[in-house]
Amino acid sequence: MPIINAILDDFFWRALIGGLGVALVAGPLGCFVVWRRMAYFGDTLAHSALLGIALSFLISVPLNLGVIITCVVLAMALVLLSRTRTLATDTLLGILAHSALAIGLVTLSFMPDVRVDLTGLLFGDLLAMSREDLLWIYGGATLILALLAVLWRGLLMSTIHEELARVEGVAVERLRLVLMLMFSLVIAVAMKIVGVLLITALLIIPAATARRLAHNPEIMVAMAIGFGFVAVSGGLSLSWHLDTPAGPSVVVTAFAVFLLVYGAAGKVRA
Amino acid sequence: MSDPLVSLENLTVQFDSRPAVDRVNLKIHRGDIITIIGPNGAGKTTLIKAVLGIQKVSAGQVSVKKNLVIGYVPQHLTLEATLPLSVKRFMLLSGQSLSECESALARTGVGHLLHASVHHLSGGEKQRLLLARALARKPDLLVLDEPAQGVDINGQASLYDLIRQLRDDLNCGVIMISHDLHLVMAATDKVICLNQHVCCSGYPADISHDPAFIETFGRPVAESLAVYHHHHNHSHDLHGDVVDSESHNAAAGHGGHTECDHAHH
Repeated sequence: MPIINAILDDFFWRALIGGLGVALVAGPLGCFVVWRRMAYFGDTLAHSALLGIALSFLISVPLNLGVIITCVVLAMALVLLSRTRTLATDTLLGILAHSALAIGLVTLSFMPDVRVDLTGLLFGDLLAMSREDLLWIYGGATLILALLAVLWRGLLMSTIHEELARVEGVAVERLRLVLMLMFSLVIAVAMKIVGVLLITALLIIPAATARRLAHNPEIMVAMAIGFGFVAVSGGLSLSWHLDTPAGPSVVVTAFAVFLLVYGAAGKVRA
Repeated sequence: MSDPLVSLENLTVQFDSRPAVDRVNLKIHRGDIITIIGPNGAGKTTLIKAVLGIQKVSAGQVSVKKNLVIGYVPQHLTLEATLPLSVKRFMLLSGQSLSECESALARTGVGHLLHASVHHLSGGEKQRLLLARALARKPDLLVLDEPAQGVDINGQASLYDLIRQLRDDLNCGVIMISHDLHLVMAATDKVICLNQHVCCSGYPADISHDPAFIETFGRPVAESLAVYHHHHNHSHDLHGDVVDSESHNAAAGHGGHTECDHAHH
């Protein structure tokens, strides 16, 4: 298909198609971040992505794989550590988030032969999206959406009331792990678009915007995906025309939509 | 009598080697309404969780009838403000059909709230919604953790009344925790007074004269409830632990009341 080839040869279209794919999974997962108060947790995982990149260079595995594995390991560590309860969860997350970021930066600085665009990694890069990345994004998105569809009732029930879900036979702990896995995957693919530091914003802001208008969880998810599309396409256009960094442009667009919706909705509360 | 729905044998749950529930024996049959009373920290919720199968047991056994369907009414439904949820959607999450959900809501008197947001319900409406959610599953056993919390006094009486009617309709077993002693005494078949171990158990009319009950709740409470004589066979130290338990018969499924000697410090 020459037309598809022509589109995929254009870096802007690649970035846009990739970004829309990311928004497709950021919508539902962002809703879970908001519902389960996992914003700080998402931040911690995202920050560890940089460490994942450093480690991938160190042992030369594909970047995406390195990031996913690092995120998964950190997520497991977080679950185990939070069970010991010697430190409050937010303290623990604060320690791990910034330590992971710092260790990642320090490790990268030890590898002078590796040329990485640090700004691109931290804030996203319009030019960085390759065809291979598109495969990762849409492969990951397909997997995540399929998992969400199959596990939806259990995930939602355990979010509403964990004990009630458990009594009704929902495997709450296993679902928590699957959710972590999905977060790790979405962080690995979203990194390219918005960068390590702003991934949580792409998860939270569209979901929070949708909350204002939605009366049911599923509608909120659909709206979050829609607002994510607006943020990505608006932000990337902004980046293209005004030569602004991609990640911040996407987040600024998402924030503008958020303000608009909350302003327009006034004091009406679903 | 048929096989019990759930039977606990010497159930013990320890937290940091301190027993929260200590060697409790209990059988729940179809048609039973058993209420667990006891002071704060007596292990009531832990006991309930063991019945529900969501509490790790340190010793003893929980045997559950095959294919037992449990309807659980938790103490609270605290919904995250960020999670939009209508009554209808919440009910449908039980996996039952819409008509089943509607009739369950009607049964607990909140049928008119089908399209309301769960966030906008009052305390009493939320409890009735949770009860309807449990009901929709057509349970063999209803487990309720302080079902009348946050409900005004008239609402409490009608809620306990409703629970009893549901037991009659569904022919299910009911086990609940309650602090509403007066209402419990009127609406329950069997009362278990828990203070880590089963302090005393029996018919409501009997139990309020039990020395162990009086010790646990104080004389004014006990006197305001009824008159009966009964002896206990074990004593408590300051922590409510049993000091010298011999043949401590705590089976609550026997229906009557155990005669035993009691010596208190």
